[in-house]
Amino acid sequence: MTWLSIIVAGILTYFTRMTMIALVNRKMLGERIKAVLEYVPSAVFPAIIFPAIFINDYGAFIEMNDPKIFGAIVAIIVGYLSKNIIATIISGLISYWFLIFIIFN
Amino acid sequence: MLTKKKLFTRGMMDISPHMLSVIPFGIICGAIGVELGFDPYLVYAMSFIIFGGASQIVFLQLLSGGASSLVAVTSVGIINSRHLLYGAVLSEYLEKLSFIKKLLISYFVVDQGFAESNKFFKKNKTEQHLHYHLIGTGCTMWVCWQIATLSGIVLGSFVPEELGLKFAIPLTFIAIVVQDLKKIDHVIVMITCGLSSLLFFDAPFKSYIIISPVIALFVASLILRLKK
Repeated sequence: MTWLSIIVAGILTYFTRMTMIALVNRKMLGERIKAVLEYVPSAVFPAIIFPAIFINDYGAFIEMNDPKIFGAIVAIIVGYLSKNIIATIISGLISYWFLIFIIFN
Repeated sequence: MLTKKKLFTRGMMDISPHMLSVIPFGIICGAIGVELGFDPYLVYAMSFIIFGGASQIVFLQLLSGGASSLVAVTSVGIINSRHLLYGAVLSEYLEKLSFIKKLLISYFVVDQGFAESNKFFKKNKTEQHLHYHLIGTGCTMWVCWQIATLSGIVLGSFVPEELGLKFAIPLTFIAIVVQDLKKIDHVIVMITCGLSSLLFFDAPFKSYIIISPVIALFVASLILRLKK
């Protein structure tokens, strides 16, 4: 049963990937929609970023002094200035670790 | 004109920094699946049948929490429905490919691959074999994801939980959107999406992941109307 659900979930997921690429012709989309689609990265990724920072493993909001908020701010500043993905991730992680292992320990 | 090989390599290079967060996350995903008591083969099979990061964990957590298969499958479908938006954006650059190639390439569309390939496509619109960049990002992600989840399944959670490496996931996505903070319209769209995701976090089937982009894109369309 679980195997069957995985296969169905896989097929569903594949359809989410394939539908717009293979089944929908670009010409079906109007100019307005194409212009709005320019915003897709900015409109999608914060839905991954915000809950991962502000909501903990138990589904509750974190405190405003949570180390994750500090880590995210450092990552935003470093990322903005360096334009470097590795520097963004590492700076965020290190500042987060600095708080949880040294300051709040 | 870049060769196919160069484009493929460029795609690999462009996505590889993200592996810093993808690999630990994959290990955690694999380890959690086994810890929840699922058959290791089943946990691994998800990595190539679904091939969808967080949705795999959600699926197993729901089932082990007593949810029905229908709920688990629906949740995976809804979480991954964001790919529809990626596909709509990418279709512009993949239009000329044959139907079969479109079907094959679709399997490799992932968040970070979409983000990096889309950035590359925008700057290199005239290149002929652009899709090789997407194959490069997708294949790199695929190989790393398989290896990472497999090692999590086999070795258990050898990544210490105290390190909180799950936090690398939001950081990887911050790295993707951070340069767009220069543009006020993008900032408004991002904040709309982020706040909506918190507001709708408890909506059924994890649907906040698609509700908030839809709201944010609606706001984007209002911004475009005002700009005119």
